Amino acid sequence: MNLKYSFKTSFEALRANKSRSVLTILGIVIGITAIILIMAIGQGGQDLILNQIKGMGATTLAIQPGREPEGFSDMASLFSDSLKEKDYLALKKKSNVPSVIEVMPEVVANATLSFEGETKQVSVIGASEILAEIMDIYPSEGSFFTEEDITARNSVVVIGSEVKEDLFGFSEAVGQKIKIKNRDFRVIGVFPQKGQVSMFNMDDMVVVPHTTAQKYLTGTNYYNEIILKAVSESAVPQAVREIEATMRESHNITDPSKDDFQVHTQADLVERVSVITNILTALLLSVATISLVVGGIGIMNIMLVSVTERTREIGLRKAVGAAQKDIMTQFLLESVLLTAIGGVIGIIAGAILAFLVSLILSQVLNLNWGFSFPISAAMAGLLVAALVGLIFGIYPAKKAATKNPIEALRYE
Amino acid sequence: MAFIQVENLEKTYLTGELKTEVLKNINFSVEKGEFVAIMGPSGSGKSTLLHILGFLDKPSQGKYLFEDKTMNEYTDDELAKIRNSRMGFVFQSFNLLSRTTVSDNVRLPLVYSPIKEELWNKMVLKAIDEVGLSHRQEYRPSQLSGGEQQRAAIARALVINPGVIFADEPTGNLDSKTGLQIMDIFKKLNHEKGHTIILITHEEEIADFAQRIIRLRDGRIESDKKI
Repeated sequence: MNLKYSFKTSFEALRANKSRSVLTILGIVIGITAIILIMAIGQGGQDLILNQIKGMGATTLAIQPGREPEGFSDMASLFSDSLKEKDYLALKKKSNVPSVIEVMPEVVANATLSFEGETKQVSVIGASEILAEIMDIYPSEGSFFTEEDITARNSVVVIGSEVKEDLFGFSEAVGQKIKIKNRDFRVIGVFPQKGQVSMFNMDDMVVVPHTTAQKYLTGTNYYNEIILKAVSESAVPQAVREIEATMRESHNITDPSKDDFQVHTQADLVERVSVITNILTALLLSVATISLVVGGIGIMNIMLVSVTERTREIGLRKAVGAAQKDIMTQFLLESVLLTAIGGVIGIIAGAILAFLVSLILSQVLNLNWGFSFPISAAMAGLLVAALVGLIFGIYPAKKAATKNPIEALRYE
Repeated sequence: MAFIQVENLEKTYLTGELKTEVLKNINFSVEKGEFVAIMGPSGSGKSTLLHILGFLDKPSQGKYLFEDKTMNEYTDDELAKIRNSRMGFVFQSFNLLSRTTVSDNVRLPLVYSPIKEELWNKMVLKAIDEVGLSHRQEYRPSQLSGGEQQRAAIARALVINPGVIFADEPTGNLDSKTGLQIMDIFKKLNHEKGHTIILITHEEEIADFAQRIIRLRDGRIESDKKI
């Protein structure tokens, strides 16, 4: 039997049982839809995070206190107070780290802001005057604080656009005094709307000089992080070596395995994020696969019913000269067509849903979320669907092909 | 050698411990162009004999030569090929595929044949014309009368121009008038076109259309007479 007639026969059979065919492929449709949706969203999320990381610039490095934990019981090693002012000063010396052009300590605190009865819980970042440059965000109203503000531990604050809206509405914010932890801070600048940059939501935070933050907000003498900028992207590995050497000298460490700090590059971060999102995607995909298996069992069930119903047809086909492989091909093609159609519908539905999700995320949540439809996922989805049809169709098709023609013809 | 030759053919079924002898010591031969009716009461083994002759079943003992070759020399796929190219089947219950038209049904054997697709339409039209169903070729079986359905089935048996047509009680589901019309078609195919026809029936009136009647009783040939 040639392929054209095999297809024609299979289509006729599926069309003869329209509603049954539709219901049968529902499981496959749902499975493939889920797979496409997960892959598209996974890809979109990964792109978003990676873009934000890249937004900080590939030359940015960060020193964090503590070392990589050696298992769950070692988590405490992540929380450490090892980054002190002497490290900052050592890193500021150009001769120690020639490949680094900027150094900025960072202190993070959670605090309540208040202004004329309005209060708001925010993250307070204690940073230096070069934060604007590193994050590429400059106040749209007022100005950023200066080196003098840092040395003098001045109580000045630059606020995010959302903070401004919540506390001041449409009225002028620059020049007003707000309370942070019961201390008056003068607003000297407001950031424009920027959204998420790296791990921070820039709109929902306030920035103060790091010296001020240590003295009045955290009461500590260590930093949460030291941010550095290498002279160029190619100088990053060299900068890492220089930073590690300077830090070890400053901490009197001779054995690198005893390091009480970690140096992260953007490349590290990108890699970590990719690993995490890939693991998440794989996890979700394995759940979606279960629905494909369930769908496949449904296909097998219906094909077995179909084979029994069409016993006489099989007998007749054999009588007029169909070989076993002709019958086998016919029924296999039917189940593969069923699942492939289900796959195509699933891909379309998945793409539409993924598009809607990206629309909601970008419009409602104001994320810079791009709709990405991975073609490779669509191809894989179609392939998997057809494969499900093939695998779960073999048993019914084999049963049809090996039917005894006389018994088949006698079947009532 | 004869076109169809059966020597000491036996068929037994084993149902658990019980051995049922359906056919015993069957010997006969059929020449090209003969019109043979196989008669017998139900349970006489006539259907089983027709199934063996039509390569749908295998004998337990004895020899069956079709066009000088014994059945055992063929593989299952080769048997399917011979059924396709050299044999045509007509059944009591027509066995048409309900979801397609008359011409699709008649085309069915061609779909499994090595014949080139360009020739199919001509062959289908010719077969439908021979049974006088040209005005119904795009109808579905459910839109046809019983007699018309059986004509479509005969056209399907004819379409590849087989060496022999096997008919299993072809008038059993039809009223007697329509049955006679169907028999007229078989007679015409035998007389005018020279088709070999082997037909099963239990009605004397139908058997009278043949030139030779083989009577079976309890799995043995009771008589084999030319008319």
